Amino acid sequence: MTEHAASPRRGDNPAAHAPGPQAVVETMTGAQSLIRSLEAVGADTVFGIPGGAILPAYDPLMDSSKVRHILVRHEQGAGHAATGYAQATGKVGVCMATSGPGATNLVTPIADAYMDSVAMVAITGQVSSKAIGTDAFQEADICGITMPITKHNFLVTDPAEIPRVIAEAFHIAATGRPGPVLVDIAKDALQATTTFRWPVETSLPGYRPVTKPHAKQIREAAKLLVGAKRPVLYVGGGVLKAQASAELRILAELTGAPVVTTLMALGVFPDSHPQHLGMPGMHGSVPAVTALQKADLLFTLGARFDDRVTGKLDSFAPYAKVVHADIDPAEIGKNRPADVPIVGDAREVLADLIVAVQAEFDAGHRGDYADWWVKLNEWKKTYPIGYEPAPAGELSPQQVIERIGRIVGSDAIYAAGVGQHQMWASQFITYEKPASWLNSGGAGTMGYAVPAAMGAKAGRPEAVVWAIDGDGCFQMTNQELATCALNNIPIKVAIINNGSLGMVRQWQTLFYNQRYSNTVLHAGPEHDGISPPAQGTRVPDFVLLSEAMGCVGLRCERPEDLDAVIEQAMEINDRPVVIDFIVHQDAMVWPMVAAGTSNDEIQFARGVRPDFGDDLD
Amino acid sequence: MTTMSKHTLSVLVENKPGVLARIAALFSRRGFNIDSLAVGPTEHPDISRMTIVVNVEDLPLEQVTKQLNKLINVIKIVELDQTQAVQRELVLVKVRADAETRSQIVEIVQLFRAKTVDVSPDAVTIEATGSSDKLEAMLKMLEPYGIKELVQSGLVAIGRGARSITDRSLRALDRSA
Repeated sequence: MTEHAASPRRGDNPAAHAPGPQAVVETMTGAQSLIRSLEAVGADTVFGIPGGAILPAYDPLMDSSKVRHILVRHEQGAGHAATGYAQATGKVGVCMATSGPGATNLVTPIADAYMDSVAMVAITGQVSSKAIGTDAFQEADICGITMPITKHNFLVTDPAEIPRVIAEAFHIAATGRPGPVLVDIAKDALQATTTFRWPVETSLPGYRPVTKPHAKQIREAAKLLVGAKRPVLYVGGGVLKAQASAELRILAELTGAPVVTTLMALGVFPDSHPQHLGMPGMHGSVPAVTALQKADLLFTLGARFDDRVTGKLDSFAPYAKVVHADIDPAEIGKNRPADVPIVGDAREVLADLIVAVQAEFDAGHRGDYADWWVKLNEWKKTYPIGYEPAPAGELSPQQVIERIGRIVGSDAIYAAGVGQHQMWASQFITYEKPASWLNSGGAGTMGYAVPAAMGAKAGRPEAVVWAIDGDGCFQMTNQELATCALNNIPIKVAIINNGSLGMVRQWQTLFYNQRYSNTVLHAGPEHDGISPPAQGTRVPDFVLLSEAMGCVGLRCERPEDLDAVIEQAMEINDRPVVIDFIVHQDAMVWPMVAAGTSNDEIQFARGVRPDFGDDLD
Repeated sequence: MTTMSKHTLSVLVENKPGVLARIAALFSRRGFNIDSLAVGPTEHPDISRMTIVVNVEDLPLEQVTKQLNKLINVIKIVELDQTQAVQRELVLVKVRADAETRSQIVEIVQLFRAKTVDVSPDAVTIEATGSSDKLEAMLKMLEPYGIKELVQSGLVAIGRGARSITDRSLRALDRSA
């Protein structure tokens, strides 16, 4: 029995500091130490699949009463489930896989979590330390592979390091700008006997995220805000992650400034609020996109000027000064120079701003946005989000999503895949609460919806969780329905089945002369993508497929059945339910700013550019 | 002002496996070019120091440093002003030399305060340190004799005066050590 002395370090993680009365020093295996560490950091759910290198960890996992392991059917499902869990609960999501292909199957969800700043810890087994570098069976350099898509990663070969590394991994994942952290543990480190010590002392001298904003910058920002004529609060996912929805609302109502919420921020400010203009960006609302274009001040909170929001960067918000608050200093000035940069946690930034704006008010400086609201309200009235009805007797996808939103309500959690259905789900469901909308925004990962919904439901079993998916996306990750069925995770899935890769098809319609190259899912390569009948993807039969995986499978093809089938799905709570909605294949997402063009070129519907008048230019 | 210019960054990093790979990968992923990179130990065993020379405009330089700062193992980054820092490179160069040219080469070596570190009937090997300009000038003088082999280090640099960029970082590290 070897005693490995832990290096005598004092940590910078206050949570792990004081060795209280419950300080533990016990001899056990590295694997046991890993599970004990996971318990100690409060990980209650792990999504994963065992395999050779991670096998030692699964043995003590079986005995843990604190950590629930959910056996997924593909590691990608484990990763997205961890993301969905994290986004729905605000806690760190955890996934686990073995070395080699197990680990590489996590790459997509890790990249996805990185792009969307989701707190996630991925634990992978690695071949024995002596075999590392020899091209051993199931060896992959997962630390090297994930270096550019993780906030940080660790390779552990010394079992004594396991508690410290796990504590550091969770600390890094959850603090500052959240992100995925990978912990790769060699098999022999899991098997060796070691000492488990808790609390553990972390050592991260290079990691000091700034959360408290600079007072002078806050004052400058408040001054600009009360001095502006046409401000917009441009709110991103950072506000959601900082759980600053209440503070945002106070600031918005205090100032009376309009609010736009990005795709990553839906729900952080109620859609129904009169100051809400909708979502900016490629498929954003006309009022939101136009407000940014005409604004004289972008008051940016936890957003990152993504190209899907700005369109052609040179012509984005040409009249606006920029206040940019973000917890990641590297985001400030990355795409758009900031007149007032603020580094800090969105919640602290907002709290300080409220005070600073109030001080400006007390000094007699108050913004007058009345003229601005005349314009904004005109755009809201003239260009509401809407859609053309489907041909008689057919379901329109927007209508399906809209009815789901109405019947299910704003207390539910909605997870979307990527494509047309994702955009419609962002447009036609009313989000009133934080963490009610989960999607893959930055990476645009098709197949995200089903496993993310599974993770969300596992984390919040009391919530109703709907996956809004496409027939393309659904075919990428639907195997996790078996996981849901066998683990009492009764999610609901709406397949918006238009028989094609709809968003790509939309681009082919608009930009490739209706040449539908390889976007037809309902037929083979002989089909031109235009000729009728197109009645959704029938191979596979999604109803039978769902039934085969232990779910209830329903199909809806006629508008008159729509409400009844949604209500029927809402009644079923002992199993997952899948509804195959056969929808009109030519529906398109509008409004749209074509890729690479200016937001000024937004089209309300095909070929229709709104009339903004030129008085503000 | 957005002109491409050389910037010397001193980067204090934790002395841990994989740190060099992280930094190199970050540069390539974000599309920044490294002109020169030198890495070695410092007076503190837990800290290594990298000297990185990048050729970028001012705005991308800010991105480079901000992105580098996000790496967990990076403790501190300081841009060293060229006029306020001593900057040195080391070159080892093997020059063709026979009985006739050897003395001329040795004269050049002395002129540049370089050293002859190896002599054989057909060649001399010269060690020289200095700024890039000085080494370039010396190599230009040696070129006509025939350079058989040349190896050059990355640039290392240190600020002038009594202040040390490691002081505070070391105190921080000691607190956590």
